[in-house]
Amino acid sequence: MNSEESVMDRPASPSRETGEVVLSARNVAKSFGSVHALKSVNFDIRRGQVTTLFGENGAGKSTLMKILSGVIQPSAGEIVLDGRPVSFDSTVDAQRHGISIIHQELSLAPNMTVRDNIFMGRELGGPGGVNYAEEARETERLMAELDEPIDPLTLVEDLRLGQQQIVEIARALSVDSRILIMDEPTSALSASEVEVLFRVIADLKGRGVSIVYISHHLEEALTITDHAVVLRDGAMTARAERSEIDLEWIVRHMVGDNFDLGSPPTGHTMGEVALSLDNISVADVAVPERSVVDRLSLSVRAGEIVCIYGLMGAGRTELLECAAGRVTASDGHVMLEGEDISRLSIAERIERGLVLVPEDRQRDGLVQTMTVGENLSLASIKAFTRGLLTSGRREQGVVDDSIRNVHIKTDGGGAGIGSLSGGNQQKVVIGKMLATHPRVVLLDEPSRGIDIGAKAEVFRLLAEGASKGLAVIYSTSEVGECLSVAHRIVVMSRGRISAEFGADVTREEIMAASGE
Amino acid sequence: MSDVQGNASSDTAARSSSRSAPRRAGGFDLGRMLLEGRAFFALIAIIIIFSILSPVYFSTNNFLTMSSHVAIFGLLSIGMLLVILTGGIDLSVGSTMGLAGVIAGFLMQGVSLDMFGVTLYPPVWAVVILTCVAGAFVGMINGVLVSIFRVPAFVATLGTLYVARGVALLMTDGLTYNNLGGNPEFGNTGFDWLGFNRLFGVPVGVLIFAAVAIACMFALNRTPFGRWVYATGGNARAAELSGVPVKRVQVWVYVLSGVCAAIAGLVLSSQLTSAGPTAGTTYELTAIAGVVIGGAALTGGRGNVRGTLLGAFVIGFLSDGLVIIGVSSYWQTVFMGAVIVLAVLLNSIQYKPRKKRAPDAGEKKAPASSGAA
Ligand SMILES: Nc1ncnc2c1ncn2[C@@H]1O[C@H](COP(=O)(O)OP(=O)(O)OP(=O)(O)O)[C@@H](O)[C@H]1O
Ligand SMILES: [Mg+2]
Repeated sequence: MNSEESVMDRPASPSRETGEVVLSARNVAKSFGSVHALKSVNFDIRRGQVTTLFGENGAGKSTLMKILSGVIQPSAGEIVLDGRPVSFDSTVDAQRHGISIIHQELSLAPNMTVRDNIFMGRELGGPGGVNYAEEARETERLMAELDEPIDPLTLVEDLRLGQQQIVEIARALSVDSRILIMDEPTSALSASEVEVLFRVIADLKGRGVSIVYISHHLEEALTITDHAVVLRDGAMTARAERSEIDLEWIVRHMVGDNFDLGSPPTGHTMGEVALSLDNISVADVAVPERSVVDRLSLSVRAGEIVCIYGLMGAGRTELLECAAGRVTASDGHVMLEGEDISRLSIAERIERGLVLVPEDRQRDGLVQTMTVGENLSLASIKAFTRGLLTSGRREQGVVDDSIRNVHIKTDGGGAGIGSLSGGNQQKVVIGKMLATHPRVVLLDEPSRGIDIGAKAEVFRLLAEGASKGLAVIYSTSEVGECLSVAHRIVVMSRGRISAEFGADVTREEIMAASGE
Repeated sequence: MSDVQGNASSDTAARSSSRSAPRRAGGFDLGRMLLEGRAFFALIAIIIIFSILSPVYFSTNNFLTMSSHVAIFGLLSIGMLLVILTGGIDLSVGSTMGLAGVIAGFLMQGVSLDMFGVTLYPPVWAVVILTCVAGAFVGMINGVLVSIFRVPAFVATLGTLYVARGVALLMTDGLTYNNLGGNPEFGNTGFDWLGFNRLFGVPVGVLIFAAVAIACMFALNRTPFGRWVYATGGNARAAELSGVPVKRVQVWVYVLSGVCAAIAGLVLSSQLTSAGPTAGTTYELTAIAGVVIGGAALTGGRGNVRGTLLGAFVIGFLSDGLVIIGVSSYWQTVFMGAVIVLAVLLNSIQYKPRKKRAPDAGEKKAPASSGAA
């Protein structure tokens, strides 16, 4: 309890806080076996205000939110709603009390339409069964509110990750709740979509809805929050009002000291062109005559870090997937160190040193039935196979190295992958691909959900790799990341490169070129 | 208290325990042990109950006889396990098994080449190889249909189920090959060796079954192929992006399943010293039951050979026991069905993604006692 001074709740002095407390957690603790995810946490949510929860990966943020929304039950402590202790035994129960949650990991049914997902479990009745027309109208209205005109009848699996996230948000909005919990709602969204979301949040606040917001995009979160709470290792270490804090305050309480993400590595000479994409076109899955990537050429040299900045739907994911061999180009060539690899399989490309860290960790990154260790070693099985057999000892070596390199919060890798926090799962995806000792690495929004410390660590790894000749293509929708890691910044828009900058560019120039 | 973690990792921990002991989750939990070892305890219970009910049940000889029955669909179950681990299903194994027996019978009768006016009598080892190749061929068709042409496994293998059975009937005109003993004159004796005979007092079929099981256990736990099988079944997209040759793995598991079925067909026809075109009808379902009772998930990615072996023995010892104590075959069917459903029921408890905590004292009392805090 070293945090006495800053944490101490002041229950009897609501004078400074405008909104009254509607929901609070009192001394809530939660253990998973021997893991103490939460240790006696007190947390208040105030009417019509945004409370932001900060904390490192694995600090217990999602666990606390799951407890408040009835997904899991606390091991100890209680939840107080409007001054009365309550216990939710399911999300449905919590929803009845007006609490809904947007989960960190998307929980949509990919085989169903946007409309059916939004109304899943609460279908609107009509004289002849479900009133689909009304549902579709309502869906359209929600989508318009979020500025994302998606046809209600689109299948969710045909949507990009960011769009899925918007559907997830729309679903939470469609229930009129008085408390809305958002666990990293913007991790796959780009700046303009975030702006729309913030407008919606402001609107909700005006209507008296209380909001809990979790994000690793600290600056972004600061712009909407009214209160900040910091969790660390399952305990609350600080809490303050917006007017009293700044970015430095958050980082200091989150990780214990202050640091920034650094700047692009310099001082090493770059080598030959490692990967070059020549005139690549990728057809849209839904509309084959349209191209999501349109005759695009891009090359990266050994030792160079190139950032691709762009809005959602700019074609970045498709471009990288095409380079990695997941989707086939309708036109153009992928050249790795002078060799045309356009016809090679993903496995053959990985063997030649070209790897992709995919964007969607649940769908493309992790094997949910395997342990942390088995996931980490999956792409580098050959490294610990002698003859026909794998060696358990060598595998453990690979796993331990990865856990150390990307700072995964787990012990030894024997636990199921599902027991890791979202950010730690993301680190597994990154660690797995880096464990193959690649020569060219493509990262598609790799910082999705990882905390600032881990992000700095990944940047350090990339910089270190680059100084040894690793070529990096790093796709992101955060300008700040471009500026801290890239030697060269390429802005993509509608499947083409719309601008290219050196490391000395400013934030505004990049944003302007992307069409924001 | 380790319930939640147990869901996610219990199976993988069990699976990897042979590889690296320190990675196993510690702690002793009776409920979890019973749940994980349920097939084992079921087997013990079956043996005890039938030994009480019948004096002849508990004897070495009876166990060996029952084991040689188990060997047949146990072989099918092991091939089936590989397929199920990748998230597929192979309904064609029973038919493939029948077809394999018929092909072996056909070859043992001698192949007459009218063109040259001679009849060839392939030696038994050649018969074995050709039969296994035939099994592999059926499996390859399944595998290619599933992986390359993306036909749902259920439908693709349902098709081959009919085709293989039809071919077996066509080859024999519906009749049975009875003379599989071979003839010393033609140098093709020894078919008895595959299942009928005993080695060190153990039926050869059981030894073959054991050898296949050990090979498969090794392949799953200690080779890249094994890891690929689990990864493909767990999340094929992620596996592919990690460099797992998913399509090749899919083809291979069906090929191996076909080979297992062919071996089972050889052992069965040797045991019966005859090969009929309808042998193995509905055995695919028994094979699936064995895999499921052994704790594998039909959705793929979870399961192991040890469980499948136990599952096969549970089915075999139960059905033979029912026969021995004279339960009518109608009741046998009812019992088998009940056991299968019970097993799947327990599976879904074990693999429930986020199990609700049993309301324990701390949790339920908390709101009342600390209300004033
Ligand atoms: N089902 C589970 N089984 C075992 N441990 C778990 C489980 N769920 C969470 N944990 C552990 O609880 C801790 C807190 O996890 P939580 O998901 O709340 O973190 P978080 O703060 O949301 O992190 P992130 O920023 O990465 O999302 C972690 O150490 C995690 O490993
Ligand atoms: Mg989280």
